[in-house]
Amino acid sequence: MTDSLTGIVQISIAAVLIQNFVLARFLGLCPFFGVSKKLSSATGMGMAVVFVMTVASMITWWINKAILIDMGVEYLRTIVFILVIASLVQLLEMVLQKFTPALYDSLGIYLPLITTNCAILGVAIINTGINVFSGTGYSFVESTVNGAASGIGFTLALVLMAGLRERLELADIPKSLDGLPIAFITAGLMALAFLGFSGLSFFK
Amino acid sequence: MGDLFLPVMVVGGVGLFFGLGLAIASKTLKVFIDPNISRVQEILPNANCGACGLPGCAAFAKAVVEGRAQPGGCIPGGEKVAVNIGDILGVSAAAADPMKAVVHCRGGKREAMDRSIYKGIEDCHAATFTGNGSKVCPDGCLGLGSCVKACLFDAITVNENGLAVVDRDKCCGCGKCVAACPRNVISLIPSVHKVFLACSNHDKGRLVRRYCTVGCTACTVCAKATLSGAITIENNLPVLDYGTEEIFIIAHAKCPAKCYMDLVKGRPKANIDTKCVGCGRCAEVCPMKNVISGAPGQRHVIDKDKCIGCGNCINNCSARAISMWGGLGYDAVDMRNKRQRNTSTG
Repeated sequence: MTDSLTGIVQISIAAVLIQNFVLARFLGLCPFFGVSKKLSSATGMGMAVVFVMTVASMITWWINKAILIDMGVEYLRTIVFILVIASLVQLLEMVLQKFTPALYDSLGIYLPLITTNCAILGVAIINTGINVFSGTGYSFVESTVNGAASGIGFTLALVLMAGLRERLELADIPKSLDGLPIAFITAGLMALAFLGFSGLSFFK
Repeated sequence: MGDLFLPVMVVGGVGLFFGLGLAIASKTLKVFIDPNISRVQEILPNANCGACGLPGCAAFAKAVVEGRAQPGGCIPGGEKVAVNIGDILGVSAAAADPMKAVVHCRGGKREAMDRSIYKGIEDCHAATFTGNGSKVCPDGCLGLGSCVKACLFDAITVNENGLAVVDRDKCCGCGKCVAACPRNVISLIPSVHKVFLACSNHDKGRLVRRYCTVGCTACTVCAKATLSGAITIENNLPVLDYGTEEIFIIAHAKCPAKCYMDLVKGRPKANIDTKCVGCGRCAEVCPMKNVISGAPGQRHVIDKDKCIGCGNCINNCSARAISMWGGLGYDAVDMRNKRQRNTSTG
């Protein structure tokens, strides 16, 4: 039990900081630049990503184990996962709209944006690989935690970026760099800063 | 064959399962959304200005269809949108009285004195933080364009004299600029009103005269000249009551510091025709000095250069001999409004 608890903490810290989805793995860059202009929408998008990533991790872990591995068709992983995630987001949207209109109002507009987001597919595929901390495959709990923590890492990067970009709006930036170019430069510098977290070592 | 069969079955099976699942879900989890909401949203300006008091056009469309908002609540949309919404919902709708933004300052670079040079972020808020702006006047327009940035309709520009100017045709009266101005120089007034006070300064008169040639000195001439009592002096600044019938043209003409602005390019002038019996009642009500002259019993004459076009004399004429002539840029609707006003005020 202690081992699995340590493993979960390791996975969480790795997913949030060391292997941050945006700034270290360079996945989900499209919403990272598209929805990072305002802090409020960045937070909403981040919450939606955490939500979908967690649920998608749970479902795809099960699909991977029960269907793909059992039937020996692991090479269909990508296409089946895309299918599953896309339908899952649609289904989630309907469920939210029906049962929790308040949550739908705050997350609803971001859900279609992440239907086939590469970060969601990325976490699903990472969960099928080898867990570097234990040396074995991800268990159900571990992949769920990995999904949630990756989503939190994405949210962290998105919210930091939105905060920076809101300040950049007021800064005196050369015209040729105004807008997206300066955002790209900022993202690069942030990625360099996050590189520092790779010094955190959990490998025994 | 077996190699092909399994993957097709897996992908097909998963696809079929989720497809059916979604199909069932779309039936059982269906949420009824009034189709009128999207129809109303289509005819709204979709600028999401928030002038209706709701967060965005989608929220307003929903509120209107559900009866929580009035069809005329969309201020930028005006009468046209109100009528269209009324058609969709099957109710009669009247637009709210359109409001227009006005800038209560005319002391630009030429008129108002600077006490420092501001070199920094081109933003009125930033300038206000750093020593309350470059002007001596604590309330004047800084001309750095925070309102220009806030305006969703490109209705505000900063002119070469460093003052914000509102384009009346583009202004929708949403009030974004009012909220964006750190000096509270901009406000909304009903669009039928063409005269407004172009000063926001609350300092005492002798102070104002030192640093602004067009600043209000709170001399109270306008309040005394406006007989309807629609102008009161509060905290060294006249307060205009736009809810009354008063059109404030007399205040504009009488103000010694020229603080009032008249948006009408050329007002019409009164003219006395040959029906005049020389009763002199017109001269009694004329607010200006030496405009109407003439001996009793003789046809009176109006000095066209001095006439301000207030129209007071028309309704007081016993022989119905006075009419308004000319009036460049003065449309018939305004004229009618003014006549009605003058009739009701006597």
